[in-house]
Amino acid sequence: MKKITLKITINGRKHTLRIDPNLRLLDLLRDELRLTGTKEGCGIGECGACTVILDGRAVNACLILAGQCNGREVVTIEGLTGKDDLHPLQQAFIDHGAVQCGFCTPGMIMSAAALLDQNPTPTEEDIREAISGNLCRCTGYTQIVEAIQAVADDN
Amino acid sequence: MKKPKFNEINKGVRKVDGLGLAVGQSRFTDDYEMPGMLHAKLLRSPYAHARIKAIRTGKARALPGVVAVFTYKDVDRIPITTAGQGYPEPSPYDEFILDNKVRFVGDKVALVAAETVEIAEEALKLIEVDYEVLPAVLDPRKAMQANAPIIHDEKDCYIDIPVPYEPEKNRVARVDASVGDVKEGVKQAAMTVEDEFENQTASHSALEPHCALSWLDDNGRLVIISTTQVPFHARRIVSRALKIPVRRIRIIKPRLGGGFGGKQEILLEPYVGLITLRTGRPVKMRLTRREVFISARVRHNMITKVQVAAKKDGELTAIDLYALSNTGPYGTHGLTVASNVGTRTLPMFKCPNLHFSSDVVYTNLSVSGAYRGYGGTQGILATAIAMDDLAERLGMDPMDFYLKNVIRGGTEVPILKELGEGPVIGQPHIGSCELAACIKAGAEAIGWKKKRGRPGGGRFRRGMGMSIMMQGSSIPYIDMASAFIKINDDGSFNLLMGATEIGQGSDTVLAQIAAEVLTVATDKIIVYSSDTDLTPFDVGAYASSTTYLSGMAVKDAAEKVKRQILEVGAHLLQAPMARVHLSKGRVIGPDKKSVTLQQIGTHALYEEDQFQISASASRISHESPPPFAAHFVEVEVDRATGKVRILEYVQAVDCGTLINPVLARGQALGALINGISYALVERYIYSSRGECLNPNYGYYNIFCTRDIPKITTIFVPSYEPTGPFGAKSVGEICISGPLPAISNAIYDAVDVRLHRTPFTPDKVLEAVQARERG
Ligand code: FES
Ligand code: FES
Repeated sequence: MKKITLKITINGRKHTLRIDPNLRLLDLLRDELRLTGTKEGCGIGECGACTVILDGRAVNACLILAGQCNGREVVTIEGLTGKDDLHPLQQAFIDHGAVQCGFCTPGMIMSAAALLDQNPTPTEEDIREAISGNLCRCTGYTQIVEAIQAVADDN
Repeated sequence: MKKPKFNEINKGVRKVDGLGLAVGQSRFTDDYEMPGMLHAKLLRSPYAHARIKAIRTGKARALPGVVAVFTYKDVDRIPITTAGQGYPEPSPYDEFILDNKVRFVGDKVALVAAETVEIAEEALKLIEVDYEVLPAVLDPRKAMQANAPIIHDEKDCYIDIPVPYEPEKNRVARVDASVGDVKEGVKQAAMTVEDEFENQTASHSALEPHCALSWLDDNGRLVIISTTQVPFHARRIVSRALKIPVRRIRIIKPRLGGGFGGKQEILLEPYVGLITLRTGRPVKMRLTRREVFISARVRHNMITKVQVAAKKDGELTAIDLYALSNTGPYGTHGLTVASNVGTRTLPMFKCPNLHFSSDVVYTNLSVSGAYRGYGGTQGILATAIAMDDLAERLGMDPMDFYLKNVIRGGTEVPILKELGEGPVIGQPHIGSCELAACIKAGAEAIGWKKKRGRPGGGRFRRGMGMSIMMQGSSIPYIDMASAFIKINDDGSFNLLMGATEIGQGSDTVLAQIAAEVLTVATDKIIVYSSDTDLTPFDVGAYASSTTYLSGMAVKDAAEKVKRQILEVGAHLLQAPMARVHLSKGRVIGPDKKSVTLQQIGTHALYEEDQFQISASASRISHESPPPFAAHFVEVEVDRATGKVRILEYVQAVDCGTLINPVLARGQALGALINGISYALVERYIYSSRGECLNPNYGYYNIFCTRDIPKITTIFVPSYEPTGPFGAKSVGEICISGPLPAISNAIYDAVDVRLHRTPFTPDKVLEAVQARERG
């Protein structure tokens, strides 16, 4: 298959890459760039474990071709952490017991981060809606909603 | 009750692995790769039951990028069980890594290793198989009929323990246990209720799909990183399946994305091991979500029959419980899940006449295995609905009925002698039990007495329901856990243990236990767990054993280390041993002079009579103290659509001392939501040919944030004298309550009893309409 050229900004870094046209954004991140914080739980857009932020919006990286991201900006869980500080959501997830196995956590946090970027003071309903595409089998969700709420309350 | 004071336990210490997980840095199995790594895929059967007449792999082998193809002809025929239990397993050796027969849609036919996943998938399409399609058993009720097709007609399957195993009748196991005389009990009763129930098959749905990666280390040993709840059992089973000695295998469990019993099964390790041994190359195998649904394990579907009898005043006189368990085509956990239907149900009652029996049968449906709740879920479904019915017929509030009949602490439980998995030494008894307190606390919190029996009128009716449940903590005399602790020169400690963190928080809870004994902060304990080369043995994460049993091993190891610390401290302080003590990370002498752990560590490692302060300890359990819980739910039923909405849920739990209240709440909540989701929406849909038609989250359906009702979790004060600092288990118990509690609440709302799960709108509507028609 003929490769295509992709110009993409990931976590603030510009990349120019030659890729297969059918490469998923998820594979670009995990396999090519070794950004393995983004997880694959289903591969068909049903679990949210692969959530990243594309131009400010939370998307499922398993459903998007890397080629569709030409000239665009992607933030993954690795890009959320500052040099010294955790993102407030990361800290809140740890503090509120919102992390059990942690497999859903990066996706959850990215969905929540996209929400808070757009709406810094969401209601509990808004929070539930924003992460309704992110499945978690461990926590029962309550602690996750509490963690996001705590960050929202600080805003 | 004594209320000891603690420093590091009974505190919501942050998860020791939380930081790496929250920033996405912690590595799960699929996050590892090796240079030159191959990818493996299994060809799966399209038929529920068939014999492979011919299989041709030439075209697949010829595909560029394909490195190896294996069929049953290429592997040794060794019967195994994938159950991931202790040795000898109470499950039959009835599976082969590759066989000339397939027994369910999704069963393995051939194995391919290729340079990429895509090539491996392409190669699967090129394998030509001629099947002789056989009639299949797709209904457990028909499995033992005289004309039923025999699923294991091969001669080489067997079970390694002395229990009945009759594959020629499609019967995997039988259980029969009783105390007293049920017939006599029924005679004494004023009221008897008999009923039949059925629970559906279900997927664990851990977010991380099963994955394994293997390679040969510098000495040619086989190393496997895998998503396993049981690294040591995985090593033993790989050794058997591949005929290589245990000493040539190392299993490492990295971070693991949820198990719930589904990763107790050894599903991938033998395949990657086989490829690596034959090709010398690293290989990764990862199930797709679809493969998890169709080929990994599920909860046992059971048809349960129960008879409960009581005197006029509500005193129970007899319980007779029977379970027909559908274990699918392989008998993994068949016997033990079935016996736990009784073990996790009957001991709760003071009733003198108890009988439990079960038949476990093969079918050509999904392979059942361990699933959080482990039989308790099925047993409580039947008994808690029947008792609700019985209480009503006696004119009693079910809460009062339970308070009259449930055991209190310090009770002997003779039925456990009959039903135990291992040898029972002495009279089995239950130490701590605050079940009655759970019932009272839960009822109070939800307003039970005020709200029950007031459905209101019109389209939307409200109802209240309750259930009670128990689990265990480890398998007595069978499970073993061990731990090793050593000091470092800065006064920190390494804690090495076989116990298996799968998301439940065992690394944290066990570090807290060590920290409590050694009087340091939990972050001074560096945890490394579940690596068969580097950590001592532990059976792994199942049977709700970790906090209780691994906790005792860690506590013992820490006590031994503490003694060595005191010896060195006493020497440094020039004080007699009897006059020094350890407090807040210092050994303090009689004159209040003290030395720090750092000084002690440094002294022991560098300064004088050097030695490594360290100790290991192992423990078996002598009993399996049950946690208890009472669940209360308020529902709203839409009579027009049959939709059931949970308005409020209250669970009150007795799990002994909470080593970590935040993590314990997480276990209780996670199990509860899984249980509610199972009760209302989750299900497998099979075609008439036995194929699962909904192998994805979208159509299988698990709860998301939109579905979560208001929940209150109450931990009643309790102390288990045999547990570490008074703790018992909390991981599984709360999954079992929702089925019967919700069914009972639906009854309170719309006067119909639902016997088949899940309680989807179609079933509720049908029942409501049938009742209206009279
Ligand atoms: S992996 Fe993308 S939504 Fe599940
Ligand atoms: S923490 Fe395990 S899936 Fe969410």
